[in-house]
Amino acid sequence: MTRSTTLISLAVGITILLLTAGCTSPGTAPAPEKNELTVFAAASLTGAMTDIAKAYEAAHPDTKIILNFDGSQALRTQIEQGAHADLFLSANTKHMTALQGEGLIVNDSVKTFTKNKLAVLIPKDNRANITGLSDLATPGIRLVMGTKEVPFGDYTRQALGKMANDTAYGPEFRNAVMKNVVSEDPAVTALVAHLRVGEADAGIAYASDVSEEDKALVIMLPIPDRYNVIAVYPLGIVQESKVKDQAAAFAQFITSTEGNAILIRYGFVPVDR
Amino acid sequence: MTTLMERICMRGNLPLRILVAILVVIAVLFICIPLVALLLRVPQTLLFASLQDPVVLDALFLSLVTASISMVIVIGFGTPIAYINARCQYPGKKIIDTITDLPVVLPPAVAGLALLMAFGRRGLVGQYLNLMGIDIAFTTIAVIIAQVFVASPFYIRQARTSFASINRVYEHAARTLGASPLTTFFSITVPLAINGILSGAVMTFARALGEFGATIMFAGNLQGKTQTMPLAIYGALQGDMDASLALAVILVFISFAVIIVIKILTEKEEAVP
Amino acid sequence: MIDIAVKKVLRDFTLDVNIYMPEGGTLVLLGENGAGKSTILNLVAGLMAPDTGHIRIGDETFVDTATRTCIPAESRGTGYVFQDYALFPHMTVAENIAYGLRIRHLPRDAIDARVRELAGPLDLLSVCDEKVGSLSGGQRQRVALLRVLAVQPKCLLLDEPFSALDVRTQVQVRQELKEILAAAKVPAIIVTHDLRDAVALGDRICLMEQGKIILCGDADTLLQKGQHPFIDQFFIGTCKKVKNNFS
Repeated sequence: MTRSTTLISLAVGITILLLTAGCTSPGTAPAPEKNELTVFAAASLTGAMTDIAKAYEAAHPDTKIILNFDGSQALRTQIEQGAHADLFLSANTKHMTALQGEGLIVNDSVKTFTKNKLAVLIPKDNRANITGLSDLATPGIRLVMGTKEVPFGDYTRQALGKMANDTAYGPEFRNAVMKNVVSEDPAVTALVAHLRVGEADAGIAYASDVSEEDKALVIMLPIPDRYNVIAVYPLGIVQESKVKDQAAAFAQFITSTEGNAILIRYGFVPVDR
Repeated sequence: MTTLMERICMRGNLPLRILVAILVVIAVLFICIPLVALLLRVPQTLLFASLQDPVVLDALFLSLVTASISMVIVIGFGTPIAYINARCQYPGKKIIDTITDLPVVLPPAVAGLALLMAFGRRGLVGQYLNLMGIDIAFTTIAVIIAQVFVASPFYIRQARTSFASINRVYEHAARTLGASPLTTFFSITVPLAINGILSGAVMTFARALGEFGATIMFAGNLQGKTQTMPLAIYGALQGDMDASLALAVILVFISFAVIIVIKILTEKEEAVP
Repeated sequence: MIDIAVKKVLRDFTLDVNIYMPEGGTLVLLGENGAGKSTILNLVAGLMAPDTGHIRIGDETFVDTATRTCIPAESRGTGYVFQDYALFPHMTVAENIAYGLRIRHLPRDAIDARVRELAGPLDLLSVCDEKVGSLSGGQRQRVALLRVLAVQPKCLLLDEPFSALDVRTQVQVRQELKEILAAAKVPAIIVTHDLRDAVALGDRICLMEQGKIILCGDADTLLQKGQHPFIDQFFIGTCKKVKNNFS
């Protein structure tokens, strides 16, 4: 080893030691001035929940809401692996039920707080001239949808299944539509990006997936309720939470008129009560 | 080969050796522990079952083929740039040098979007290609383009460094002995730089093999056509986590095997002083 | 014939030399490091180009800025032995010697035969298959010489051919080189900072300083004049002895 490499490795070593020493010094962190509430929310809630959290914080200055957005499956895994969360907002009941089964969620806190519907999203200029669901089967249309693993892709297939069973469309319709799929996007962000740059002619996703700024760029073609798969969004308080009361208060706020208004603005469908 | 006595005489003082040993152990463990954790988590039966799944086989085949083609393309186009930048002075050299590094900085998903905006059917170049009936987005070619774009800096950087480290006198000697510039390059420069060239090529191959973000944006995700291993892994992660981990383990092992084979094949060359 | 008349602006000074040896033979460029000697070899070999002037070796014009002619390095047929020999480290001794023949696409048998023919007299046959890294200084020097002799160069360019050798080897190799130069019968230019080499090998010796030739002549003239500090200060005592030993 030459002298200079010795020096470099020494320097690196010392830096690492200092850094780790700094990280492990226990019990010196200042006590939080605000009550922190950690919320794990499905990625589709990103826009709506950011606004709701802001509104809640404005009304409750002593509370700070920490939001963690990811796919519901990923969030579930994180909670299972011991990640700290107080409130879990899932994009489907499957993952919530699973966590309940594992005793990780306070059972009687679970309730549906909003719903979401599938829609056909089309770039504003609509070069493929898609005006109705039947146009999705036109050969050569470039269609994007979710993979069968992600909820919005799974529901898209369910919706197409319902249409295949309906004499108005039939199985050939479904086959033709599936043939037009150029990409099965694993995230709705990729799907929206494909639409925004006009690379795809149409995509199927949730109405809430079109963000405020994308609304100007994308036409939304509704899918009738009889074919639609309406996603149910449950929330639940995490068993390990030390601030269950505050979590409950925030959950209450989400389902309040004010919270609902924000959700509706982002394309969600209110729950009938 | 050093003798025992040489090693005893040359090994430096004890505290330094201990410090270096600790740093080395930490570094190796840091890389190994997550890989071992991954391996332990995946049931072996699932590994073998995965290897018979057509989705996995398609993805594996597509990944290996596209990453290999990408590597060859990067070597073909990257070598002249690397050599020119190592050997010649010209105005704007620093800029060219920096440009070739930029894809590393760009988040891959942004790189994919940029590729869409360049070569998509409404892109800067793509709109003209589209007129000629050439459509790149959502094809296997798009997969390769995304990989080349994202992985090329690894090769160019490495090859440039190894070209620069070769004493020009060897090239001069070859020229005076009657070798044309091209002959000199292939008979002297390349063999002398071969270690750097190969390690750069391996890094590029590995990066191409792991490419995800740019691929999903530019090439989309369609089994057998554009769904490479990382896309299949990410897709599976949304549904069955175990299946996804099994795929990841397969990818890690295949990459390991490929890189080891390349290293062994080129072992002989490393004997050159 | 050796006819060099070139100007070239370098970093520290302007190289400006005029050398004309119509009879050919061995030209020695003598001087301290950084006097511009090696630059002249590079100009002759075609690894550099002069700002103005011409270089003619034998009956061929290598470069002439007046007529804008310039033969590329690989077509000049110069046999350049570099200061540190520049043996190709990734090749064996035999491959090094054969390099010039191999790129000319000679048949394998012919190449092998020629390598043996060259390596035999200089005791290199036993190391033919070794990588050049394991050779002694003297062996490296011989391999470098044979590598250029193999392609039958039209002129020889030797840059400090003995500087990498220990003193005992220098004496032996100097004699060897003298014989080789005599046998090759081509013009040669040798660069050295050692007056003993110059006196032993040069038909004409040119003393260089800061890119200019300040003294030129055969060994006797140079030693008799004895006016220049370079010669006076460092070497005058020993060189007369060397001269007696070799000529």
